[in-house]
Amino acid sequence: MPETTTATASEALKQTPSQTVGPYFAYGLTAGQYGYPHTAIADSTLTDNETEGERIRVEGIVYDGNGDPINDAMIEIWQADAEGRFNHPEDTRRPNAHFEGFGRCGTGTDPENRFWFDTVKPGAADVGEAPHINMIVFARGMLVHAYTRVYFADEAEANAADPVMQSVPQERRHTLVAERRETPTGTVYRFDIHMQGDDETVFFDV
Amino acid sequence: MNKPYNSRDWMSHPAYLHAPYKSTVLRSPTKPLIPLKQTLSERTGPVYGHEKVGVLDADLTKNGAKNGEPLGERILVTGRVLDEDGRPVRNTLVEVWQANAAGRYIHKVDQHNAPLDPNFFGGGRCVTDDEGRYTFRTIKPGAYPWGNHYNAWRPNHIHFSLLGPSIATRLVTQMYFPGDPLLDLDPIYLGTPEEARERLISKFSIDVTEPDFSLGYIFDIVLRGRNETPMED
Repeated sequence: MPETTTATASEALKQTPSQTVGPYFAYGLTAGQYGYPHTAIADSTLTDNETEGERIRVEGIVYDGNGDPINDAMIEIWQADAEGRFNHPEDTRRPNAHFEGFGRCGTGTDPENRFWFDTVKPGAADVGEAPHINMIVFARGMLVHAYTRVYFADEAEANAADPVMQSVPQERRHTLVAERRETPTGTVYRFDIHMQGDDETVFFDV
Repeated sequence: MNKPYNSRDWMSHPAYLHAPYKSTVLRSPTKPLIPLKQTLSERTGPVYGHEKVGVLDADLTKNGAKNGEPLGERILVTGRVLDEDGRPVRNTLVEVWQANAAGRYIHKVDQHNAPLDPNFFGGGRCVTDDEGRYTFRTIKPGAYPWGNHYNAWRPNHIHFSLLGPSIATRLVTQMYFPGDPLLDLDPIYLGTPEEARERLISKFSIDVTEPDFSLGYIFDIVLRGRNETPMED
């Protein structure tokens, strides 16, 4: 048996509490996007010229309980490649060499306070799952980050069969579905996040 | 390997709504979180290591220097990143950002009337070693006023961001300093469950202190561990 099974509950360490990113995360976490003289580990562009898959942009606004855009939120995404493979040791399939699958964007540089990601549409990671993007919301005023998922409106059949989607009350499922739109610059999926209100986005206890 | 990560321990983490921290009022979800049975999506996450770290990234006394040394009290901050079973979290990225010694952030929206330091930037990162250990050299950050309530001041703190092995282990937190009288007045710190608060306070260490050079502080960080028994179907 693994040695860890000998650890009792009293010996277990306790999780370090979360704290807010505050208003000044940009030069630490998204320096390039905000024009600070420092690099960031990731930004809004997940693709290069050789990444395989359908190019899409995912964009949206994070709204507070008054319906006002939040201009100091930070969004991170994590997703599979176009074939549904994750660039991670635990996914034993060989991932696309030109796709890490992680993006990070602050909402403080776009005139409308949008976040945006230029990426590929992910494939379904497993049989029975719908394609989706994991999204994490951080902001001043959020002591703990919030997890949500972005599903795609043109995958209605797969969405309806997805176990995670099925765990969400029917009347709230639409908050997880991004609408598809063709624009002169490419395909855009719109995914607004509502922290509160009638259309409050579904957040998960991951 | 399909074991899920342990749940977030809500006896350790703040609630979304903590009304004394006023910005939470309009930014906290009002509906309960929906439990999610982790799939490969949540058991994986970005893997970044040394390739993302430059030679001066872990030395904030040097990575923003233009024509001299930053002002303030030099400190060494070190600690181990562990999971709940005490196993080291190896080769994981730690990102930090902080105010300068005068309590001023270089961020464009920080309007606090305190001087910027031309030789201090305030952001850095490093990767944990085989024991889960990280080390930063920096300047002790100053306290600064903020608009939450009359005469509100944030205690001295350094922001930490950690990835861990999956998106389930993602953590953003703040490290505080022992004995800071502002802690008991700070609604962000006080938003944390009482029994968990002291985990946010670093410990002064004479062993980490470097003779004739800098004080030393230890801040260990515990990320979510992984269930040893697979989740039942």
